[in-house]
Amino acid sequence: MFDITSIRADFPILQREVNGKPLVYLDNAATSQKPQQVIDAIVDYYSRYNANIHRGVHTLSQEATDAYEIARKTIQEHFNIAHPYEVIFTAGTTHGINLVANGFASFLKKGDEVIVSALEHHSNIVPWQMLCEKTGAVLKVIPMTQEGTLAMDAYSGLLSEKTKLVFVNHISNALGTINPIEKIIELAHQVGAAVLVDGAQACSHIKPDLTALDVDFYVTSAHKMCGPTGVGMLYGKEEWLKKLPPYQGGGEMISEVTFEKTTYADLPHKFEAGTPNICGGIAFGAAIEYLNHLGFDAIAAHEHTLLEYATNELLAIDGLKIYGTGREKTSVISFNVENIHPYDIGTILDKLGIAVRTGHHCAQPIMEFYKIPGTVRASFAFYNTKEEVDQLVAGVKRAQQMLS
Amino acid sequence: MSSIKEIQEELIDEFSIFDDWMERYEHMIALGKTMPLIDPKYKTDDKLIKGCQSKVWLHSELKGDKVIFTADSDAIITKGIVAILIRVFSNQTPEAIVAADTQFIDEIGLKEHLSPTRANGLVSMVKQMKLYAVAYQAQRKQQA
Ligand SMILES: Cc1ncc(COP(=O)(O)O)c(C=O)c1O
Repeated sequence: MFDITSIRADFPILQREVNGKPLVYLDNAATSQKPQQVIDAIVDYYSRYNANIHRGVHTLSQEATDAYEIARKTIQEHFNIAHPYEVIFTAGTTHGINLVANGFASFLKKGDEVIVSALEHHSNIVPWQMLCEKTGAVLKVIPMTQEGTLAMDAYSGLLSEKTKLVFVNHISNALGTINPIEKIIELAHQVGAAVLVDGAQACSHIKPDLTALDVDFYVTSAHKMCGPTGVGMLYGKEEWLKKLPPYQGGGEMISEVTFEKTTYADLPHKFEAGTPNICGGIAFGAAIEYLNHLGFDAIAAHEHTLLEYATNELLAIDGLKIYGTGREKTSVISFNVENIHPYDIGTILDKLGIAVRTGHHCAQPIMEFYKIPGTVRASFAFYNTKEEVDQLVAGVKRAQQMLS
Repeated sequence: MSSIKEIQEELIDEFSIFDDWMERYEHMIALGKTMPLIDPKYKTDDKLIKGCQSKVWLHSELKGDKVIFTADSDAIITKGIVAILIRVFSNQTPEAIVAADTQFIDEIGLKEHLSPTRANGLVSMVKQMKLYAVAYQAQRKQQA
């Protein structure tokens, strides 16, 4: 049973007030809130068994190592990954993307092609631009449609034997569009290209089966899925991770060091230089357990109800336009009200205790496509309620009245 | 003509009668509508102030010994903020603008009601106005 009252009670922050009003947190696409179960895992680690891992003979070190490796297994099972060593702990999505982009620098040559989508987080386009600059490879872009979906015909046209890597997000952060990654992966594999999927926006809403997807690399961040900031995962197929050179040098990632030559450690340690975010990794595991305890089917069903309700209620407002109207989308609504700057609406909503994001959402190419300065983005999580949607709608109406 | 100090006190009085943020915002929005608008020909990228999520164009001219500011913004609340600054700093001598303190911003409660990005924008606007004044001051010294 999906009991929203008891779920909300798990999140201490949802009890607080902002500007004298109960907090209505609708900025979940930026980061999610954390349940007590995850907060407890963090406190427990530092209170009971904080120690460095993989290197101590003492009990605390052993306990910390075990907990960290159990978290890796939790992640492995959650994403249906073949081996635990194909799970690399990272600092987050951005880190994972850079790790792969950096590794590909040694495989690419002039004239090779890398494909990215027009729906990307713009900071994620930069590593590919850097990679292309370094290697002489060419960056190609899958265009988008008015509905905010990817133009798949154009994608097929871009693929050729020159394509070495395709990078696409699973779900767009600015619009909430779910991209057809199954098809994208299948077509890329037909020309022998590898695929990296950015799952930062996806993993709080759906449970991807990475083995079934047959994806080569998949990255995500814990903080978008009820876990702490500064930790995430990179999945890579074993054959790829073995080929890919290490990203950073340091402790943990070596097996033997002499001044003449260093041999790298086996997976996953080859990519995990230095003392990792031990507590973060453990808490990431706790967050995944929490989400699975609720169940992703129940989460999706509740979020879908919220999305439909909010879409209908918002569209009833005069002059309100929603961007991203593809059929496959998650509980993200990016919108503008005619003749009103998104920033003004966001400011008034904040005064009413409602947290939304305004601006270009790190997706300037998408804003340029629609020729708008930005949008107001309300993104819902499983702990949001219909009453909160009502508050959002009332807030937007009030802002509209004040601002026009 | 009132001095900067007098105008600032006037504004503090004006805002002190509101006890909730809503009325304050409404007043700010109303002030925005009275702003001396920038000539559209100056609405170019080099007149844009950096550090705002919304766009703000600011133009200045020296008329006699006074600096005249005109501006515009694509966001209404931002326009209100710029209008307040223009009321304080426009039609004053460069010397007075350079010397003016900006304590009134806190006293009106402007900053505490702004998001951090907007508060940054506000600081950038004040800085830009003072920079223009410094430039005019230097220009006049040279001519004298
Ligand atoms: C689609 C997408 N990719 C990547 C990121 C960056 O994630 P992180 O900042 O956790 O590295 C985000 C965060 O907003 C995102 O939405």
